[in-house]
Amino acid sequence: MEHLKKDQMIHIERSESGALLLKLSGPWTLKEGLYPVSEVEAALESNSGVKALSFDAKDVSDWDSGFVIFLREIARLCSQKNVAIDDAGLPEGVRKLFRLATAVPVADTHDDPMASSLLTRIGDISIRLTKTWSDSQAFIGEAFLSFLRLLRGKARFRRTDLWTLIEEAGVQALPIVTLINFLVGIILAFVGAIQLQAFGAEIYVADLVAIAVVREMGPMMTAIIVAGRSGAAYAAHISTMVVNEEVDALKTMGISPMDFLVTPRLLALTLMMPLLALYADFVGMLGGAVISQSMLNVSFSLYYTQTIAALNPIHFLLGLIKAVIYGGLVALAGCMTGMQSGRSAAAVGAATTRAVVNAIVLIIVASAVTTIIYTLFGL
Amino acid sequence: MKKTEAHITVQNLTMAYGSYVIQRDLNFAINHGEIFVIMGGSGCGKSTLLRHLIGLIQPSAGRILYDEWDFWNSDPGERELFLRRIGILYQSGALWSSMTLAENVSLALEEYTDFSARQIREIVSYKLALVGLAGFEDFYPSEISGGMRKRAGLARAMALDPEILFFDEPSAGLDPISSHRLDDLILELRDSLGGTVVVVTHELPSIFAIADNSVFLDAETKTMIAQGNPKILLAESKDQKIQEFLRRGVK
Repeated sequence: MEHLKKDQMIHIERSESGALLLKLSGPWTLKEGLYPVSEVEAALESNSGVKALSFDAKDVSDWDSGFVIFLREIARLCSQKNVAIDDAGLPEGVRKLFRLATAVPVADTHDDPMASSLLTRIGDISIRLTKTWSDSQAFIGEAFLSFLRLLRGKARFRRTDLWTLIEEAGVQALPIVTLINFLVGIILAFVGAIQLQAFGAEIYVADLVAIAVVREMGPMMTAIIVAGRSGAAYAAHISTMVVNEEVDALKTMGISPMDFLVTPRLLALTLMMPLLALYADFVGMLGGAVISQSMLNVSFSLYYTQTIAALNPIHFLLGLIKAVIYGGLVALAGCMTGMQSGRSAAAVGAATTRAVVNAIVLIIVASAVTTIIYTLFGL
Repeated sequence: MKKTEAHITVQNLTMAYGSYVIQRDLNFAINHGEIFVIMGGSGCGKSTLLRHLIGLIQPSAGRILYDEWDFWNSDPGERELFLRRIGILYQSGALWSSMTLAENVSLALEEYTDFSARQIREIVSYKLALVGLAGFEDFYPSEISGGMRKRAGLARAMALDPEILFFDEPSAGLDPISSHRLDDLILELRDSLGGTVVVVTHELPSIFAIADNSVFLDAETKTMIAQGNPKILLAESKDQKIQEFLRRGVK
C-alpha cells in the first residue's frame, strides 16, 4: 500500500508478528501540507488483531511540526484501537517532540451535555439576570448610603479628585456640547421652518426651538454626550482599577470604594449636568436663531423677543431637574459597570461598552418617565 | 483583642467559588513574628487563601481568627479598625495610578491619623527611603519600573506600621537580583519591626531564604498536605509532591 503526496511517501507493511510498520520517506514539513491519516486508519481497520505499530523513518529527508502533528494523529488512532506505538524508528528530535506532545492526555474540557439543554440555558440566564438585578440594587443602596455619609461630611475621598472630575466632566466637555447642541438647534429650526412656513407662521420657530431645547433636547443631548465621555471614562477607569487590584487595595485599607470612587463621580456629574444643560439650552437656541435669520428672514432681535415670550422659568426648572437625574444615572451606570467588571483587559472594554449603552437606555427611559409625570401635573 | 502565640488561626477553612471548591479543611496557625509562606503549584488556591486572610473573600466554611478575634463575626467598624493594622503588597503592586508615590503612601496616614501635612510628608519620605525609593515621591506609578512599583507598594503597605504584612507573589515578574533584594528587605523588616509576615509564593529560592514556617496546598486533593519549615519538610517529608516541589530548588 503506497501513497504519494507531492514527495512524501508512506508505505505500510505488516510483519509476521502482526505489527504494522510505517515506512516513511521524503520531506515531512508543513510546506508539503498536513498528511492525512486515513490510509493508516484503513490499514488498522483491515488488519484486525494488530497490537503494535512502529516506524521506519530513515528515508525522511526533512521534517518539522507537520510530521509531529501527523504522528500525534496516528497516536490518537492507536489509542482508540489499543495499539501500542513503538517510536524507536523515528528521528531523535521527532521522538522527543512526539513524547512531549503526548505526555499529557487531552483534557476533557467539553461542556456538560446537560449544560447545553434549553431548560438549563433558561435557568442559567434567569440566575444571571437575578444576580445582576440584586447586584444593581445593592450598588444603588450602597451609593445612597455613601451619599448620606457625604451629606454628614463623613464620606472619605480626596477633594482634589472631586475638582479634577468636575473639570473633566464640565469645562472639558464644553466644545463638544457646543457643537452638538448648536446642530440640534439647527435641525429643530429646519424641521419647524418647513412645517411652519406653510402656514406663514415662521416666527413660531423660535417658540418651537426654545421649548424643545430647554425642556427636552438640551438636557438629553448633553446627557448622551456626557455618557459617551464621562460615563465611559468612569467605567474604564474603575474597571482598570479592579483589574490592577487597586480597588482591593482600597478595601483592605478600610477605605470604602463607594466613598472614594463613586461618590465624587456622582457628585461631579450631578453638579455639572445642570450647568452644561443650561449652556446647551442657549447654544441650541442660538442655532435656531441662525437658521431663522438666514432661511426665514427673522431677525435676531425678533427671534430673541419671541423666545423670551415663549419661555418661563418653569421650563428651565423642568429641564434642569431632568439634567440632574440624567447626571446621576450616567454616573451610576459608569461606576456600577466599572465596579462589577471582571479581572481582565477584555472586561474593561466590555464594562465601558455596557456603561454607555446602559446610560443611554436609562436617559431615554428617564426622559419618557419625567415627561409623563410633567404632563400628568400639567407642567 | 487578646494576644495569643498564634497570630492567625485558620480553622476548618473551605474556600469555594459557588459550588466549585478550591481548598477544603485547611487548619494551620501563623505565630506572632514569624514569616509564614503559603506555597504550592500554580492554580492551587494560594492567592485565594490570601484574599480570605485579608478579608476580601468570606470563607464558605470554617473560621479565620486573629488573636482569637473572628473577622467575619464582627461588626463593620471593628473590621475597619482591624484593616488599619494590616498591610498588603499585591502581586502587581496595585498602586493607585492617578496618584504619585507620595500620595499613595500618605493616603492611609491622612485618613486615619491626626498628623500634620509636614509630619505626613516626613513619614512618607522615611517609608519610601526604607524601600530604597527616596527622591521618587513625586513620580507616578507609570513612570517607574515593575520592581520599583512593588517596593512602593510595600512602602504603602507599611504606612501605618502594620502588625501583619501580607505579600502576594512578591517575586513575580522580578529578575533574580531584584527578587533577592526584596527577600532581604522582607527579612530586615520583620527583624526590625517585629511583625508577622505572610507570603504567598512558589519561588523556591525565596521560600528557602525567608520562611520560618509554611503550608503546602495541593490542587489535586484540594487541601493542605504539609505544614512546617520548608527546609525541614525537604529533609523529612516522605510526600512525593512535597519532594518534587521542593527538590527543584536544591542545587
